[in-house]
Amino acid sequence: MTTTDSPPAPAAVRPRQRRSGDTERGFSRVFRWISTGAGALLLGVLAAVALFLIVRAFPAFTAGAEQLHDAGKVPGSFGSLLGYVGPLVFGTLLASVLALVVATPISVGIALFISHYAPRRLASIIGYVVDLLAAIPSVVFGLWGVYVFSGLVGDLWVWFADVLNLILGANVEASPTGRSLATASLVLAVMILPIITAVSREVFLQTPKLHEEAALALGATRWEMIRTAVLPFGRSGVISAAMLGLGRALGETMAVLMILSPGLSYSFQIFDSGRHTTIAANIASRFPEANGLAIDVLIATGLALFVITLAVNMLARWIVARRKEFSGAN
Amino acid sequence: MSTSTAPTLDAVERTRALLVSVDPGRRRIDRIMTVLVYGAFALAMVPLISLLWTVIDSGRVRFTLEFLTSTMRGIYGGIDAGGVYHAMIGTLVITLLAAVISVPVGLLTAIYLVEYGRGPLARAVTFFVDVMTGIPSIVAGLFAFALFTLILGPTGARTGLVGAVALSVLMIPVVVRSCEEMLKLVPNELREASYALGVPKWLTIVRVVLRTSVAGLTTGVLLAVARVIGETAPLVITAGTTDSYNVNPFDGRMMTLPVYIYSQWRQGVVPCREGQADCLADINELRAWAAALLLILIVMGLNLIGRLVTRWFSPKLR
Repeated sequence: MTTTDSPPAPAAVRPRQRRSGDTERGFSRVFRWISTGAGALLLGVLAAVALFLIVRAFPAFTAGAEQLHDAGKVPGSFGSLLGYVGPLVFGTLLASVLALVVATPISVGIALFISHYAPRRLASIIGYVVDLLAAIPSVVFGLWGVYVFSGLVGDLWVWFADVLNLILGANVEASPTGRSLATASLVLAVMILPIITAVSREVFLQTPKLHEEAALALGATRWEMIRTAVLPFGRSGVISAAMLGLGRALGETMAVLMILSPGLSYSFQIFDSGRHTTIAANIASRFPEANGLAIDVLIATGLALFVITLAVNMLARWIVARRKEFSGAN
Repeated sequence: MSTSTAPTLDAVERTRALLVSVDPGRRRIDRIMTVLVYGAFALAMVPLISLLWTVIDSGRVRFTLEFLTSTMRGIYGGIDAGGVYHAMIGTLVITLLAAVISVPVGLLTAIYLVEYGRGPLARAVTFFVDVMTGIPSIVAGLFAFALFTLILGPTGARTGLVGAVALSVLMIPVVVRSCEEMLKLVPNELREASYALGVPKWLTIVRVVLRTSVAGLTTGVLLAVARVIGETAPLVITAGTTDSYNVNPFDGRMMTLPVYIYSQWRQGVVPCREGQADCLADINELRAWAAALLLILIVMGLNLIGRLVTRWFSPKLR
């Protein structure tokens, strides 16, 4: 084999850092191009998603108010595209943030349970069980939410609203059907539990053993050890995990579509039905029957969702990446 | 002197007591937090158990051989018939097509990242693979729709192929991520031994690296398939719904299992006349639950096979 000359001495020590050029001939070079091309293609796909959405949404940006009403099927009370997207974005953010507020403490609890409380042998099984939640398709969550869960919590919301009205004198309305934003948010919370748990668990397991042992040696109880050693170490990890969960919740379609009875308003009556909807659910319910400008309008709302989730995910990944570099664990 | 020794002994005792026992307030907080942490886990199990129980309990009513082997063609109202065969075929075709698109791209990208990846392009790819895993599924569907309507015109975008493209946008980053993890596990000594024998790099990758990690790669691909097989939203807006059997992804609408569940739920309760014996009012709901049971069985089966493949076929690296 004269084609692959024996590599020079430093390259023999670290062959994977050998850079290109002279030692690569024939198909080796082609193979490098192919695999590099696949990597570039992936970036291209992401760019294409943005590009094609913008191109298809463009007619909706330029259309006048009358066109939007007639051909775009935008409800009459909204004068512009921005006015239509506003309540959708509001509903999406409200549902996702509520889900996040419920899911984050529970996920951190489960992650701590797996990393520091459960017996080692049991911990991996519990990890699998939590991952099982992630494997259940969202349409099945929707089915369960609409047939089982909303019936259960509907009465609870009515009672809750009565109590709030009585004590605080607030004006809370609740729908006994339970097909309200609060119900949808709770189901979303269950759906984003696995991802938040998985990421926080990884971070908690990376806590330097010496820190934990030092805390215990100073007489700390288990909780004090967690509070002084584990949680400060894992804080940024939990934050990014929560943001990844937020990204999931923002884009979740089926559960919201099936549970929530839709409406378009800036309302905080989360126990009442027919007040809110989310971007994704709105698209999925209107798209099959839409045509012409109506499709462009829906794609424009989808573009808004894409931009929001992209920003949230990039921020989350950036926090994770930054943490990796400065973490004391390695 | 004798008066001062008694308090000293007492102080020693007190110090010892202080050192060996946690004071009650701190112990109480520790207990409370332990209960809360166990409670968080129990709380998360409630919906999981409730959901699985409901799906199994309601799904088994119509989960028969006839349900698995018949389509919805000519089925209307509350007729006690109809099944999921066309949706199973559609899911199979669309998912296979999505895998055919995403596995080569995903695997090659993973090879690039592990074997060649250095510099700004590799950093960008790593970062955006993670970002792409967060693309909402409905946006992937809109992208595939926009792509095909711009190329083929407004009528070209309701086929199985469009659905497969939408699913592969969601699947590629998952494949890249899991394959990358598996390729990183291949010990460097194997590569070095191969180079030392004068084997070119590409042959080393194909014959040594991929051969060593083939079990892990299979698992990664199976888990990625399990992730996209339950996607509903992108298929609702691309592959659409149909009552009949269609095996050609390049022509016409295609039913899939998740969309079948959704469309059955959407049809709701059937209005039956009083005393009409052959009309089941809740037939659509029962079909939806049975299809949900089938879908969960498929997803769990794929997960299980994926894990078993790693356990059985991974090389013993001692």
